[in-house]
Amino acid sequence: MLANEYAPDDMRFTQTPFGRRRELTERIAKSIFFLMAVAMIIPLVAIVGYLVLRAWPSLSLEFVLDVPRKGMTQGGIWPAFVGTVYLVVISLAVSAPIGVMAAVYLNEYAKDNWLNRTINLAVINLAGVPSIVHALFGLGAFVYAARFGYSILSASLTLAIMTLPVIIASTREALASVPMSFREACWNVGATRWQTIRAIVLPNSISGILTGVILQVSRAAGETAPIMFTGAVFFKAIERGNLFAYSLNEQCMALSMHLYTLTTQVPNVEDSIPYATAVVLLGSVLVVNATAIAFRVWLRARKKW
Amino acid sequence: MEWIIRLSGISAIIFVLAIFVFVFREAAPVLSNKEFSLVEFFTSIAWYPTSEENVRYGTLALIAGTFSVTALAMALAVPFGLGAAIYVSEFCGPKTRETLKIVIELLAAVPSVVWGFIGLTVMSRLLVNYGNAPVGVNMLNGGIILALMAVPIIVSIGEDALKAVPDSFREAGIALGASRWQLVYRVLLPAARNGLLAAVLLGIGRAVGETMAVLMATGHAVQIPHGILDPIRTLTANVAAELGEAPAGSAHYRVLFMTGVLLFTITFVVNLTADFVIRGVKRK
Repeated sequence: MLANEYAPDDMRFTQTPFGRRRELTERIAKSIFFLMAVAMIIPLVAIVGYLVLRAWPSLSLEFVLDVPRKGMTQGGIWPAFVGTVYLVVISLAVSAPIGVMAAVYLNEYAKDNWLNRTINLAVINLAGVPSIVHALFGLGAFVYAARFGYSILSASLTLAIMTLPVIIASTREALASVPMSFREACWNVGATRWQTIRAIVLPNSISGILTGVILQVSRAAGETAPIMFTGAVFFKAIERGNLFAYSLNEQCMALSMHLYTLTTQVPNVEDSIPYATAVVLLGSVLVVNATAIAFRVWLRARKKW
Repeated sequence: MEWIIRLSGISAIIFVLAIFVFVFREAAPVLSNKEFSLVEFFTSIAWYPTSEENVRYGTLALIAGTFSVTALAMALAVPFGLGAAIYVSEFCGPKTRETLKIVIELLAAVPSVVWGFIGLTVMSRLLVNYGNAPVGVNMLNGGIILALMAVPIIVSIGEDALKAVPDSFREAGIALGASRWQLVYRVLLPAARNGLLAAVLLGIGRAVGETMAVLMATGHAVQIPHGILDPIRTLTANVAAELGEAPAGSAHYRVLFMTGVLLFTITFVVNLTADFVIRGVKRK
């Protein structure tokens, strides 16, 4: 301001029409991009809000613990809830060790040759295979070829293979974030590759690996198509509140499948029950994911290197 | 221990091969069935798998359904996804960026059956009440749902691509007096072109392979759509809907597995292309 007043006329900083237009485009572009970004928050909030609102009459702990009654038109979702827990735990027990070791191989051992490039491509493709193709694979491989039948085992194995890329990707990221100098220090005192991995790399990346495992849980819990034809069933009578209701070679109910069944196959369901099922499913998945995110933020904050 | 680790590393290849082999193994016998012809499989719109006297296995209408709903979803998701990626990477502060990325991650975590449920209950009612649609479950419904599902992938990969553009490019642009928008339009978009293309391709891969959401939201008519309010059926939804009714070992059952082979091939090609496009960037 001051400088302008004392400066001679032809040296004043004035806005040209060109500059004004430029500023206008800038502002328009920024607000359009902003609106596009906000357009993603709105559906998430609206969906969660609307579902909770419609589900409200049924939502209670009792709803989760109770068994479905009167041809699934009333009651709760306990068999489906336990079924999902079974599927998630067993698939996790299979895919976590394989996934972590595969990531260790890719990050610590693999050199840049054709085999490892093929492995990388395979991981990318495994992540991209449609869920219904995983279902067909599970049906052909586990249900028929391996003779596991329609069972929790078949469904969990299918889920395990489907969620493997999630664990591989996040474990690799965790391993890659351990500085190379840590490894070099360990090699220099004469440790082998495997000793280094066990003593230095894994302990320093364990929390990142756990985050990946948590994400796998949320992914496995939400999947429907892969379990629909390998082990999940419309209805299965089990005791209310019983946590050890299923065995490995049985079929089970699952939350995601239950939601599908309730909305498309069962007539005259009490209005709020499908919404409440959706809220329990969505809620569990989002809580698990939020835990993983919070864990990661906390980790990054206390990272020492 | 080392050989277990090596084996796990190779397991990804084994699983991908196993998926192809087992799905193809169930599908293969139908190739020698005289009621089935590959030409008809790809070019006929007649899909009467359970008909008594005139069995027809033409998937053209299903292929058209898959591609039209994917195209519609991409028409919605690509501008929004790339716009959001640009905003997250270039226009907002670090706090907003973190928040938005968390929201994107949560949006990506919503299970597909919940999206389908939303399409079936909420979206279909909105379309009937405000969109003058005769039926609520149709291509537009599925397209919107698929777009919402594909956007998180496009945003996160797109943002990675923009982040990969060296800061020296931005500094050079700013030094020449470019505004932020000019920088994005003239420098970053051309520089990140391949990464953004890969983001779109991965979004397409996701949309083509999605099953539960389209099963519940697109209606069930096997037909070539003429408008965006027509109900359609996709390849994935078709398998999910009919596999339960097809007796194991029947021709119908095997044709459904053949559809699986087709789906596997489509997503394989899309993902492979996306990977080559991304690696093309890195080599530079």
